Amino acid sequence: MTVSVVSAAETRPPAASRFEALGPGGSPSPSGPGSGPIGSDPARFGLWVLLGSIAMLFIGFTSALVFRRAAADWVPMSAPPLVWINTAVLALSSVALETARRRLRGVRYEGVQTWISVTGLLGALFVAGQVQAWRQLVAQGVFLSSDPHSAFFYVLTGVHVVHVLAALVWFTTVFVRVRRRAYAPGGDGLALFATFWHFLGGLWAYLLFVLFVL
Amino acid sequence: MTHVAEAQAGHAHDAHDHAPQAFIWKYVFSKDHKVIGVQYYVTAMLMAVVAGLLAMLIRVQIAWPPATQEPQTQQVESLRLSPPPAPIRAATDATGSVLTKGYAKMDKGYQMKPEFYAMLFTMHGTIMVFFVLSTAPVSGFGNMLIPLQVGARDMAFPFLNGLSFWTFLPGCVVILLSFFVEAGAAAAGWTSYPPLSALKSAVPGSQMGQTLWIIAMVFFIASFTMGGLNFVTTILNLRTKGLSLFRMSTTMWAMFLVAILGLLAFPALIAGSLLLLFDRHFGTSFYLPAGIILSGKVMPNSGGSPLLWQHLFWFLGHPEVYILMLPALGFTSDIIAAFSRKAIFGYKAMIGAMIAISGLSFVVWGHHMFVSGMSPYLGMAFAVGTILIAVPSAVKVFNWLATLWQSRIQFHTAMLWALGVVSLFISGGLSGVWLGQSAVDIHLHDTMFVVAHFHLIMAGAALFGVFGATAYWFPKMFGRMMNETLGKWHFWFTFITYYGTFFPMHYVGISGQMRRVYNPYEYDFLKPVQDINVFITYCALILGVSQVIFFINFFWSAFKGRKAEGNPWNAAGLEWTTPSPPPHGNWPGEIPEVHRWPYDYSVPDAPQDFVLQTDPSPIGALKPGGGH
Amino acid sequence: MSKLQGLLFALATVVLVAVSTYYFVARDWLPELHSDRGAIDAAIWWSLLVTGIVFIATNLLLAYFTWRYSDTPGAKAAYWHDSPKLEISWTAVTAAILLVFLFNALNLWGSLVDPKTIPADAVTIEVTAQQFAWNFRYPGQDGQFGKTDVKLADPEMGNFLGTDTKDPATADDIVTPQGVLVVPEGRTVLLKIRSLDVIHSFFLPNFRVKQDAMPGLTIQTWFKPTKAGKYEIACAEHCGLGHYKMKGTMFVLAADAFQAAMASQEAFDAASGPLTQPTQ
Repeated sequence: MTVSVVSAAETRPPAASRFEALGPGGSPSPSGPGSGPIGSDPARFGLWVLLGSIAMLFIGFTSALVFRRAAADWVPMSAPPLVWINTAVLALSSVALETARRRLRGVRYEGVQTWISVTGLLGALFVAGQVQAWRQLVAQGVFLSSDPHSAFFYVLTGVHVVHVLAALVWFTTVFVRVRRRAYAPGGDGLALFATFWHFLGGLWAYLLFVLFVL
Repeated sequence: MTHVAEAQAGHAHDAHDHAPQAFIWKYVFSKDHKVIGVQYYVTAMLMAVVAGLLAMLIRVQIAWPPATQEPQTQQVESLRLSPPPAPIRAATDATGSVLTKGYAKMDKGYQMKPEFYAMLFTMHGTIMVFFVLSTAPVSGFGNMLIPLQVGARDMAFPFLNGLSFWTFLPGCVVILLSFFVEAGAAAAGWTSYPPLSALKSAVPGSQMGQTLWIIAMVFFIASFTMGGLNFVTTILNLRTKGLSLFRMSTTMWAMFLVAILGLLAFPALIAGSLLLLFDRHFGTSFYLPAGIILSGKVMPNSGGSPLLWQHLFWFLGHPEVYILMLPALGFTSDIIAAFSRKAIFGYKAMIGAMIAISGLSFVVWGHHMFVSGMSPYLGMAFAVGTILIAVPSAVKVFNWLATLWQSRIQFHTAMLWALGVVSLFISGGLSGVWLGQSAVDIHLHDTMFVVAHFHLIMAGAALFGVFGATAYWFPKMFGRMMNETLGKWHFWFTFITYYGTFFPMHYVGISGQMRRVYNPYEYDFLKPVQDINVFITYCALILGVSQVIFFINFFWSAFKGRKAEGNPWNAAGLEWTTPSPPPHGNWPGEIPEVHRWPYDYSVPDAPQDFVLQTDPSPIGALKPGGGH
Repeated sequence: MSKLQGLLFALATVVLVAVSTYYFVARDWLPELHSDRGAIDAAIWWSLLVTGIVFIATNLLLAYFTWRYSDTPGAKAAYWHDSPKLEISWTAVTAAILLVFLFNALNLWGSLVDPKTIPADAVTIEVTAQQFAWNFRYPGQDGQFGKTDVKLADPEMGNFLGTDTKDPATADDIVTPQGVLVVPEGRTVLLKIRSLDVIHSFFLPNFRVKQDAMPGLTIQTWFKPTKAGKYEIACAEHCGLGHYKMKGTMFVLAADAFQAAMASQEAFDAASGPLTQPTQ
């Protein structure tokens, strides 16, 4: 079986909007040698800029937490056990995504859809698990207003979940494209989505650290 | 042909192959940066009318407040006193909103109420800072100009661009709607300091109005973030062949820096606003300490700190004021070069100065908090950056002056506005040196001196920058010329009354007149300055009315103005190499290649007094040793 | 046409310089100073002088250039757009001048905020801001403030601070009528500033004193009144509807009159008439 790396431009379906058309990596850049050192894919670059902005949001929250912790009424709470399970679920979803991505990069296209489905399911499971963790806390009488640590727990996990939900919305378009075989085998079409997804995983690890270790 | 040029040409052909678009996709939900830029610009203009009217009302109140009531205390020489004055409650009756009952019938006709006044200065600041002066120069002109000045067909993410406008517009709607709620729009100042903004009974605007303020800000910041993504990506990734970063116009540099500032700084306000929302509605204590008693009720909160809000707010707030000002600085250099037929002096120094200003803007936010009770050591640290930021600012002024020296100035309307920016930048910047000295700020903090400072340097520079950019790029955007006579009358009325309004505020500020005060003459020490305030108000009213000239000029010229050619100013920048207005895809054929910077004016061996950025001849900046 | 506009702009700039300079010096804008914080006034005068010179010089240059280089037929602009020497020179000079300002500013600020400069015989007064009045409390002969708790506050009875009458230290505390601050001439006054509700700001225009009253914090500031008399206290932070009416009066009394009034609450009341005060 010959391996042919088909050019992205030939297998890309007509884009309904330019936004969609930026899915596959390596699309020819309209900019010339005068463009900057960032690399030629605007979508990739734009995503990193967005991640920087999201990072600043959580740095803002972190500084608020550090500031607030200095007050006398700070009573540390321990993480509900479910949170650790959710963490494992999120980590596994990243593993599943990487597996799908690796399959795509190789020539074996089968299995990509399976692994991408697993990613989505685990992602949804994470969100459900977080909501359940909140419900558990509420059942124990720990509310947003109970004490500052619980307040930050709800705020940080809540804002993180909002971003995961946004990622899941993006996921639906990725899933549809995988089903339609719109990504070229041998290419790294899942790279952009993977970057965002892994970022959210890493962000979650950071939030756990800030909430329970720091 | 290189594959790059192929792709460019390919798109150009695609451009002509589009089926004719329905009106709604072409002009309403457009993905074309030129349409989106105009949408932002016109929306900002309308918001400016609202915010300007609010300012007129503020000034009328300060000049002619209700007759000062006889003092109920402290009227005797000895310590003998009468009981404390009656508590002040909102005068709204049960059947009216703050808006409709903002004026009460008193002995001498109608007089404004304090709750209405608090709403006025809060909403004037909020709308002007965010919905007008962050929007028109950045989202308006940035969108219009970036693809044209970097040589791209459109922004990097056109769909996201359209989405950003349609996220901005709901923000405008929400903030305007907030006027109509019963207890009125937010009234805790545009800075929304808690506990005043966190406790619903602290001032009427802190009921629904403040919540709507937060929601509007979330829309606005989401929109600005989307725009920032587009700006940064387009400028870094989509520049045409030959356009290195140091061949970009100062306008492009300004847009680039502004986008970065916004992306890094706005998230802090989102974080802060979310925490404020929780304090207001969910019983948390991020900003609310223990021991608050309001209207006889003890609040259950504990452990929070109002200083936390101030840090988060001003972490955005300070870069925000540079977001307003930097585009004007970029426009000014472009316009001065074109109309003095002379290259901008010290291009690299000008860029370096803008980069230094942007960087320093992140470490000076505490100068808004010198007397807040934060650690005095922090005060020292912030004073350092604040004073030092005057260095790159001064460098810019000197370079503009050096540009004008031995130039050949054509006083088109745009040039007048650019010179106005320079003038305001000098005036407003120098008063910053006073305020940056933390001990001097002890006397001047929260006085009209501060109001003078930021209206001259930030609001003034931004406003004059927008007017200058309008006069300069109107022909490119609309294919018609604005009326020069109307433009000049508009400039002179505005320039003179702008200074007449804001410069005297330095004086009354030094006298101690506080900001945000419904009736300053309750204080004996301020009675002597009422005559100055009356003068200021007359200037402000004329300033407001003068803007009608601009609206007439703008809308009449857009439809009936003399048709413009591709390069009516004989300017050298890339945007002038395409027809006015540019077609869809910006250049009819291939996108030109750039060979030099955009400031080759009056080059000695050139056939004309300007050399286009796309001209490859080895003269001017391309002369061996030219270096641009 | 160009020449006219150039002339107009130059003229407008010159008029701006002339009028603004005139008004800066023609009228005494600074409220009369009656404290030991004259160094702030000195800093203001130096700021005015140096920024004034820069203001006049740059504007006159701007005026001259806009007039002199107006476009005339046959004129040609120079093609000279870089001079590293010039850039370095004016950057260095500007930085040097600003560093002098910075150095002086930091020293001045340090001297004003360093608690070690509070003399031992300073009079301590607690200032508690609320919507929309100033409360003042003196520690009395024992030098201790009694405990306060807002849960004990009783505005009807005039107990705005929530003073705890069971605390022995409260017994000799003196509370003045709202808005009345009494201080001695020639002795340092140490203010401990608090707030009961929102952020206010204690502002004494004649003394160059301003300090925000931050809920949750007690913030110190100190100064020495140098002239007896009656002075206004203003609120300098938007605090709600009554912000504009939130004024007080500071009475600076000669040292012995102050001692007499401060002997006890009774002595104070005798000096100031019958008032509603927290009862024992």
